[in-house]
Amino acid sequence: MHIVVCVKQVPDTKIIKINPKTNTLDRRSAPAILNPYDAHAVQEAVKIKRKTGGTITVLSMGPPQATAVIKKSIEIGADRGVLLTDRAFAGADTLATSYALSKALERINMDLPIDLVICGKHAIDGDTGQVGPGIARRMDIPPITSVIEVTEVNQEEKTVLIKRKLTSGYELIQSEMPCLLTVEKEINDIEYSPMPNMIKAARYEPIIWSVNDLENVDRTQLGLKGSPTIVGKMFTPPRPEGGKKLEGSVSEQVSQLMEILMEKKDLFTLTSSR
Amino acid sequence: MNLDDYRGVWVFIEQNDGKIEGVSFELLGAGRKLADKLDVPLAGFLLGDGIKSLANQTIAYGADQVYVIDHPVLKHYRTESYMKGVIYLAQTYKPEIILYGATPNGKDLASAVATDLSTGLTADTTMLDADVEKRLLEASRPAFGGNIMATILCKKHRPQMATVRPKVMKALAPDYERSGQVIEEKISLKEEEMRTKVLQIVNDVTKKTNLADAHVIVCGGKGMGDLQNFQLIHELAETIGASVGGTRDVVEAGWLPHEQQIGQTGETVTPKIYFAIGVSGAIQHVVGMKNSELIIAINKDPNAPIFDVATYGIVGDAMEIVPQLIAQFKSLRTEKGGEVSYA
Ligand SMILES: Cc1cc2nc3c(=O)[nH]c(=O)nc-3n(C[C@H](O)[C@H](O)[C@H](O)COP(=O)(O)OP(=O)(O)OC[C@H]3O[C@@H](n4cnc5c(N)ncnc54)[C@H](O)[C@@H]3O)c2cc1C
Ligand SMILES: Cc1cc2nc3c(=O)[nH]c(=O)nc-3n(C[C@H](O)[C@H](O)[C@H](O)COP(=O)(O)OP(=O)(O)OC[C@H]3O[C@@H](n4cnc5c(N)ncnc54)[C@H](O)[C@@H]3O)c2cc1C
Repeated sequence: MHIVVCVKQVPDTKIIKINPKTNTLDRRSAPAILNPYDAHAVQEAVKIKRKTGGTITVLSMGPPQATAVIKKSIEIGADRGVLLTDRAFAGADTLATSYALSKALERINMDLPIDLVICGKHAIDGDTGQVGPGIARRMDIPPITSVIEVTEVNQEEKTVLIKRKLTSGYELIQSEMPCLLTVEKEINDIEYSPMPNMIKAARYEPIIWSVNDLENVDRTQLGLKGSPTIVGKMFTPPRPEGGKKLEGSVSEQVSQLMEILMEKKDLFTLTSSR
Repeated sequence: MNLDDYRGVWVFIEQNDGKIEGVSFELLGAGRKLADKLDVPLAGFLLGDGIKSLANQTIAYGADQVYVIDHPVLKHYRTESYMKGVIYLAQTYKPEIILYGATPNGKDLASAVATDLSTGLTADTTMLDADVEKRLLEASRPAFGGNIMATILCKKHRPQMATVRPKVMKALAPDYERSGQVIEEKISLKEEEMRTKVLQIVNDVTKKTNLADAHVIVCGGKGMGDLQNFQLIHELAETIGASVGGTRDVVEAGWLPHEQQIGQTGETVTPKIYFAIGVSGAIQHVVGMKNSELIIAINKDPNAPIFDVATYGIVGDAMEIVPQLIAQFKSLRTEKGGEVSYA
C-alpha cells in the first residue's frame, strides 16, 4: 500500500491580526504552518497504514522553507517527503498547481505505484478546494471529496469504502483504487506524536525536486503562464449604511424593540419556559 | 481558441432526489442579470434520472433554455458521470460563462470540469458582475481572511467558470407563465464502466443544525462574557422559538459547537430576524448574516461595526437588556391566557 499525501504550507489565518476598524491585516503576524486539513490527511494515512502496512509519502509544492511542513508530516507519521520548489511554479492558480503536483506524482508513481492520494478539503489561505479534484482528473483516477470516514480498505479487491459528507447527511461510496480523497477535519483527531517520530522528523532531510527533475513537462502549463485565472483587483468591501439606533432608557429601548418585533409576531413561537 | 465562438450564460441546476437546490434558483437570478447585461440567453443545465419535469421550474426562475441529460447512470451525483455530461454540453454549445453553487457536489463537479476544459474556475464567489466590452466575468471572493475582496478574471480561456456561495445571490419570484426552450441531449454512459458506486445515502437531519432554515436566529458573541451569561442567549431563543448561533470566538471558547458558528468559516444564514448580541460585527461574521431581513444588534460599544449592518441597534449592556426582553415576551405569553403559540 502506497499512500501519497499532498501538504501545503499556509499562513496561520487564526493568528493573523485584524484591526476591525480599518479592516486591514498584518500578514507578518502569521506564522507559516502545515495546512490544518492536511494534518488530518496525514493522520488518516497513518491510520490506514496501521491496518495495511506500506509507505506514506508526502508531497508539497512551495518555497524552500516549506520543508518545515514535510518535517511536521514526518512527526505525524509519514515515511518520507518530497518538496517541489522552483521559480517556474510561482504564481500558479489551481489549474497550474494541480498540473505541477500531478507531474511530481507521476514520477513518484514510477518509483513505487500509488494506491491512494489524500489531500485536505481546502487550504486555509487560497481556500478553493479545487486542487484535489484537479490532480485526480490529471491522473485519471476518481476524486472523492469531503471525506469524513475511510470505512474499509480492501487490498485484494483494490477497493475502498468511503463516507462522503453531503449538505445534509452523508453518502457511502465504494471506489476502485487508486483514487484521490479530500478530507474534512472531522475525519480524525490528530494524535500525539511519539518520541521516535519527533527525533526522525528533526533529522529528516526532504527530497528536493526542481522542474528539471520532472519528465515530459509542458512549461507553458506551469506557474503564472499556465494559469487561466488572475487576480484582477483587490478592494475593501463597501461599508453598509447602518440602521437606526434606538434612544432612551433601557426599558424605553426594550419597549420600542418589542413594538418593532410585534409587527413580525407570526415568526415567534412562544413556547413554555420548561 | 476563438473567444467569440463562446456565447451565453449557463447555470448548473443541482438536484438531489428530484428536488432542485435553493442555490440553483439564486444563480438563475444572478445569471439573469449577467445575461441581460451581456445581451445573451440564460440557460440552465440539468442532469439526473427522471428529472425532465424540473425544466419548467428552471424556466420559471429565469432561464430561457434548459439543457437536459436524463440517464439512469445519473441517478446519484458522481463526479465521473456528471462531468462527462457537462463537458459534452460545454464543448457542443460553447457558453461563455458557467456558474455552479458552491455546495459539496457543485464544487466537486466544477473543479473536475475546469481541469478537463483547461479553463479558469473562481472559487466561492460572493459578488458577480460582467465587463460588457471585454465580455469578462468579474467574480469576486473574500481573500486573506475576508477583509479584502479579490476580483478574479479569466481573460484568455472559455468558458469562464465560478462557484458561488449559497444564500448570497437573490432568486427571482417564479413565473410559471414564462416560456422557454427545452433541449434534450443524450450521452453514452455505462454503469459497468463507472469506477465509483454510491451504495447508500443517509439523510442525517439530526446532526445538521436547523440554522439554515430558521426564521429567527439569536446569535451571541464573546460580549456575553462567560458560558453562564451565554445561557441568556439560549433562554431568549427558547422563549421566542428561535435557533441559536454564535461567532467564531464563542465556538472557540467552547460555548457552542462548531455547527452553530455563523460566518465565513461557518454557516451562511438569511433568517427573517437576526439578533446579534455582544457581537462586534467582524467582516468574517458579517458575510454570513448580512442578508438577513431584519437585523437587531445589541452592543455596549456605540462604534461596534455590527451597527453598520443592523436595521435597529441598541447601545447598552446585554446583561440588562436581554433579561428585560425575555420578561416582555414571557408576559405576552401569560396575557394570552397561557396559549403556547401565536402561529
Ligand atoms: C486572493 C486569492 C484568490 C485566489 N482565487 C483563486 C481562484 O478563485 N481560482 C483559482 O484557480 N486559484 C485562485 N487562487 C490561487 C490559488 O490560491 C493557488 O493556486 C494555490 O496554489 C492553490 O489553491 P488553494 O490554496 O486554494 O488550494 P486548495 O485547492 O484549497 O487545496 C486543497 C488541497 O490540495 C493540496 N494542495 C494545494 N496546494 C498544494 C501545494 N502547493 N502543495 C501540496 N499540496 C497542495 C492540499 O492537500 C490541500 O489541502 C487565488 C489566490 C489568491 C491569493
Ligand atoms: C480567516 C478567518 C475566518 C473567520 N471566520 C469567522 C466566522 O466564520 N465567524 C465569526 O463569527 N468569526 C470569524 N472570524 C473571527 C472574526 O474576525 C472575529 O474575531 C469574531 O467574529 C469576533 O467574535 P465576537 O464578536 O463574538 O467577539 P468580539 O470581537 O470580542 O466582540 C465582542 C463584542 O461584544 C461587545 N460587548 C462586550 N460586553 C458586552 C455587554 N455586556 N453587552 C453588550 N455588548 C458587549 C463588545 O463591545 C464587542 O463589540 C474569522 C477570522 C478569520 C481571520
